[in-house]
Amino acid sequence: MTSLPPFVLFFVGALVVALTKGAVRKAVVLGVPLVGLGSLWMGAGQDVAASGPQLLYQLELIGYTLTPFRADKLSLLFGYLFHIAAFLGFVYALHLGDGAPDGSVAEDVGEDDVVGNGTATLQHVAAMLYAGSALGAVFAGDFITLFVFWELLAITSVFLIWARDSERSYATGFRYLIIHVVSGVLLLSAALMIAHRTGSIEFGAVPLQGAAGWILLLSFGIKAGFPLVHNWITEAYPESTPTGTVFLSAFTTKVAVYALARSFAGADPLIYIGTAMTFFPIFYAVLENDLRRVLGYSMINQIGFMVAGIGIGTAMAVNGAVAHAFADVIFKGLLFMSMGAVMTMTGRTKGTDLGGLYKTMPITATLCIFGAAAISAFPLFSAFVTKSMIMVAAVDEHHYIVWLFMLFASAGVLEHAGIKIPYFAFFAHDSGIRTKEPPKNMLVAMSIGAVLCVLIGVFPGQLYALLPFEMDYHPYDTYHVVTQMQLLVFGALGFITLVKSGIYPDEKRAVHIDAEVLYRRLGPWLVRTVGGAVARVDAAVRASVMGVVGSVLGAADRSHGQMGPLARSWPSGSMVLWVAILLAAYLLFYLWEFGL
Amino acid sequence: MSHGQDGHHEVKPPEGWMDRPDTVKRLLQVFYVLCGVLFLAEFLLLGAENAHPHPLEERMRFFVYPVYGFISFWFLVLVARPMRTLLIRSEDYYEGGGAYRGDEEGGHD
Repeated sequence: MTSLPPFVLFFVGALVVALTKGAVRKAVVLGVPLVGLGSLWMGAGQDVAASGPQLLYQLELIGYTLTPFRADKLSLLFGYLFHIAAFLGFVYALHLGDGAPDGSVAEDVGEDDVVGNGTATLQHVAAMLYAGSALGAVFAGDFITLFVFWELLAITSVFLIWARDSERSYATGFRYLIIHVVSGVLLLSAALMIAHRTGSIEFGAVPLQGAAGWILLLSFGIKAGFPLVHNWITEAYPESTPTGTVFLSAFTTKVAVYALARSFAGADPLIYIGTAMTFFPIFYAVLENDLRRVLGYSMINQIGFMVAGIGIGTAMAVNGAVAHAFADVIFKGLLFMSMGAVMTMTGRTKGTDLGGLYKTMPITATLCIFGAAAISAFPLFSAFVTKSMIMVAAVDEHHYIVWLFMLFASAGVLEHAGIKIPYFAFFAHDSGIRTKEPPKNMLVAMSIGAVLCVLIGVFPGQLYALLPFEMDYHPYDTYHVVTQMQLLVFGALGFITLVKSGIYPDEKRAVHIDAEVLYRRLGPWLVRTVGGAVARVDAAVRASVMGVVGSVLGAADRSHGQMGPLARSWPSGSMVLWVAILLAAYLLFYLWEFGL
Repeated sequence: MSHGQDGHHEVKPPEGWMDRPDTVKRLLQVFYVLCGVLFLAEFLLLGAENAHPHPLEERMRFFVYPVYGFISFWFLVLVARPMRTLLIRSEDYYEGGGAYRGDEEGGHD
């Protein structure tokens, strides 16, 4: 049984969402991902299990074959994941449009509509189109289809940032859009070069040789948050609405991870790019005050593990990378949901403003700790069974230094996401904020996320069965469990000693400059400074040239102007006199010449 | 509830279980016991197979992970602190602000 391309249901769903409200809309936003998941599982999922990869709805366009629906184990894994993520996101966002939640004190800090009730329809429609675009991208079988959905991802998701309806969110959204459109243009350029060279636009493995390969890698890298092009993540996530950030965290970067796995598995540079991604964000995460921005850095750190795994390229490593992407969408989603719940109820997300919320939001605090345990890779939680595959693959392939960096980064994850997020939001000093638990739908979404984190951790075989390559890996052995617990618990001991000795850095109401300074401060400064200098030189050159031209025109005017001697009009009487003089002179010359 | 000077009821801030020093002390004790148990668990590893050994594990043999975990946290923070001195700016830096003005801008431990 073949199913429709999964994006179709979401795009039709978005239209229905735009035209409905109330209970009908709620039923649609929950029904679309569930029906889509069932259809994919029973349709393409069964076909792939029975007959292998499927290329569906193919059509010819100017000599090239478009494949809008390619189903194989890799695309199906991401397809299932995006349906689950969309469902969780819509459960979490179900209260949009229902007014301010009971007990919210967000208005105390001027956040009159922190939920985004005024933009509820926009958020629901944008999220539905965004999820559909992500599905379109992972099931694309050619670069042109991929390009279309790649750009749609940017165009639809930016509305989730603008839905915050603030001056800062508008500016951030425009920067986000420009960065992602550039990524799309690079993708199209690379696709055209590949088509010219190979005669095919199939979205498959691309050798990292020549301009086409590197441009394509850069295009994917922008969306994956490669170093120096990573700040769209840390900029956009904190500026969106509480619910918008949950959707943003699920799709774009994971589509990029999928694209890297599809085209660049085994490309060595990815090992080192990925390792750098695991490493540098954790220093920023220690210092950062906005807890959603901390999670943005955490996102880059986790994607780093996936990118490194794809670079290692063995079956175990690529399986580890995509399995970790699966787990990450759920545990990172859960952490963003918990911070979104805090933001919804308090209007605040900064460590300096929060603390002590466990007294009034104990369920949210507990669910946040589930997410923290999952991302930290405690045994029985999801990352323990996924990230370890990448680490094992690194050792098996003798990438020993890379492994040491990853182990350090694993401790860093515990520091910022495992301890800092729950500690500064829910414990630490009492901020005096007295609020309530968030709306029930938010608690339900977080609870489902927490249960999935545990289910994946306890029964990894279910996830492993969906992975693209055959492998034999058993995460639960004495050595792995004990050493992982030692790493984490003694890391936590390090945290306690750092706090007790007063060395752990305070939270500060400040920003810490990152690569974004290049386009937010240095770029504008260069334009102002260089542009100003160019304008001054231009003005001086223009003035001197105009002076010379003026002098020449003045001289010309003096000689050829109306009163100039060379342009004066001569009366006919004078002309007759001059002609007579000339004739007389000629006559005299003639007489003298002939001796007359 | 208690009565304030103006006769109105004042809401007493709820006391959480983490506000009680005894509870915090007991939690820390449990944590230190866990550290001790995991330290001793190192001896369990003598008979356990490591299917994917790293040269560091083969060379150090004992307490690789506890030492690595503890040192990683200290290294992370000891590098991050001077990084902050270099990178910190005022909250409105990207809206035209400038250098961080220290304690005027607030913060807490």
